[in-house]
Amino acid sequence: MDLLLDAVVIGVLLGCFYGAVSLGLSVSFGLLDVPHVAHPAFLVLASYGVYIINEHYGVDPLVAGLLITPLLFVFGLVAYRLYYETFEKRGSDAGVRGIAFFFGVAFIIEVLIIMQFGVDQRSVTATYIGKSLRIADMRIPYRLLVAFAVAAALTILLTLYLSKTFMGRAIRAVAQDQEALRLMGANPIKVKQWAFGIATAVLGVAGALLIIVAPVDPTLDRAYIGRTFCVVVMAGLGSMSGTLVAAIILGVAESIVLTMFGASWAPAVSFAMLLGVLAVRPQGLFGRRS
Amino acid sequence: MKRSGIAFWTGAAIFLAAAFIMTKVVGNQYPFFAGYVVLQFVALAVAWSILGGYAGYVNFGTSAFFGVGVYSSVFLVKAFGAPLPVQILTAAAIGALMGLALGLLTLRMQGIFFSIATIALAIIIETAVTNWRFVGGAAGIQIQRPPVTPPFDNYVQMLFFVQALLVVIAVAVSRYIQNSWIGRGLQALKDDELAAECSGVPTLRLKLLACVISGALLCAVGAPSAMYLQFANPEGAFNLNYSASTLAMSLIGGTAHWSGPIIGAILLSTTQQLLTVTISSEVNVLVLGVMLVLFVVGAPEGVIGLVRKLRGNRKEGEA
Repeated sequence: MDLLLDAVVIGVLLGCFYGAVSLGLSVSFGLLDVPHVAHPAFLVLASYGVYIINEHYGVDPLVAGLLITPLLFVFGLVAYRLYYETFEKRGSDAGVRGIAFFFGVAFIIEVLIIMQFGVDQRSVTATYIGKSLRIADMRIPYRLLVAFAVAAALTILLTLYLSKTFMGRAIRAVAQDQEALRLMGANPIKVKQWAFGIATAVLGVAGALLIIVAPVDPTLDRAYIGRTFCVVVMAGLGSMSGTLVAAIILGVAESIVLTMFGASWAPAVSFAMLLGVLAVRPQGLFGRRS
Repeated sequence: MKRSGIAFWTGAAIFLAAAFIMTKVVGNQYPFFAGYVVLQFVALAVAWSILGGYAGYVNFGTSAFFGVGVYSSVFLVKAFGAPLPVQILTAAAIGALMGLALGLLTLRMQGIFFSIATIALAIIIETAVTNWRFVGGAAGIQIQRPPVTPPFDNYVQMLFFVQALLVVIAVAVSRYIQNSWIGRGLQALKDDELAAECSGVPTLRLKLLACVISGALLCAVGAPSAMYLQFANPEGAFNLNYSASTLAMSLIGGTAHWSGPIIGAILLSTTQQLLTVTISSEVNVLVLGVMLVLFVVGAPEGVIGLVRKLRGNRKEGEA
């Protein structure tokens, strides 16, 4: 019973962290319909950026994550422009080739990281990594608590941004009806490009969390394809608060399976849930589409 | 049509004869080791494009089928000491069943959702095999090759010929599909599934058929791999690189014609073999990714499309 309680608590914290790494995808895939299979690869790339800064200058990983955020934003702008010019603009058959394109990009990123850093795991150093908080019999690693707090803050910020600011509302508008936005005299492509930039920029802090929670290796993105897409699809494309809830469900499920059946079964949990959601309720739990 | 049929089967016969004579004449073992891999990817790419190319359902789950092929062989050898033909046929049967399951998935999902679901399938099966002690679990399993069957005097040479045979079967099936009503139906549902359904194309049956055939072939191609490597582990057998390579080869060659995947696979896997030998295996994955992106962006119709453009007879509907 204690074991189960432990698993649930850890699962909730872990889930919030999964939410943070899925937020970007929730915007790019959930709102913009970009088949962004390379999202986890971008995430791992951001983690290595954080690793470099932490390793060389001893900067706290979260600060390092913030430092690379502008860089990622620009990277996102460029990436979307490229995607738009080559696929969305041409229209025909964009689906198949778009997926293949991002799949290829993910592989390129993976290999470039391997060539630069090797296949070894990398981790960062910070005061809160490696220690645990004790409450009664329970031990909760501080790194998970940090991840939890930052993830919650990030989700709230992004939700506020999308609902309160002008640009945020424009992004939601473009997700709902691109043509209507065009008729209003706005340029939907500019808005989408901006949104993709935001979606990529968020990966700075998310990447920092990834390497804080556990060591990172170049092929880690493969496991996160399942986790991030599971979260976003379960949330119902594009719902930020839904993303957090779905992520917590995934986190708890993974944590329980880990405790009950062992670590070797864990990779399948997210993919199995993803399959289940796709088969039974494709619009997700909080779907914007009926 | 008739004449091209004769030409095709003559070509196939010459190809098989050449492969057989090669096993008799060439003494060096390396060409067979490398050639096996090239042939394996030709067969995979051709099988993949039956669903991915003709029907336009991007299957990232090649590794799932390949891995299941490998492990059904491993199981049969370990449990019954089954001979190679039994391994391949069983793998094909299991692959067909998996394909059927995949086909049922297409009922509910299309585009990116289907693709993600196929990755999910690969990871779930890999996890299950990792936890299956009988076939070695995560650590993998060593496999003893049985003595070689008479016309051949070396096991790798025999596998090379078997793979050549699988290539011919895959290509023949793919070619048949393209030229029959199945291919035209798949083409229609690729362009617009709803419109096809409305015009009386039995889209569900066609999709199931494409999934079953593609799945059976993908699994069958994976089956001899256990004997080729004399070792199998889940990480290797279910490696996502198989999915990426197969997808890249098909798209680079072009999926509009059955010969596209062959061209793409020969081009890419030969380059990869050379790169692996001369530089490193990382570089060959990099080349794979870069080529895939370049072709998808710059030459969406693949090599086939480039050739057609050069010849001047541009296809309609390019607008």
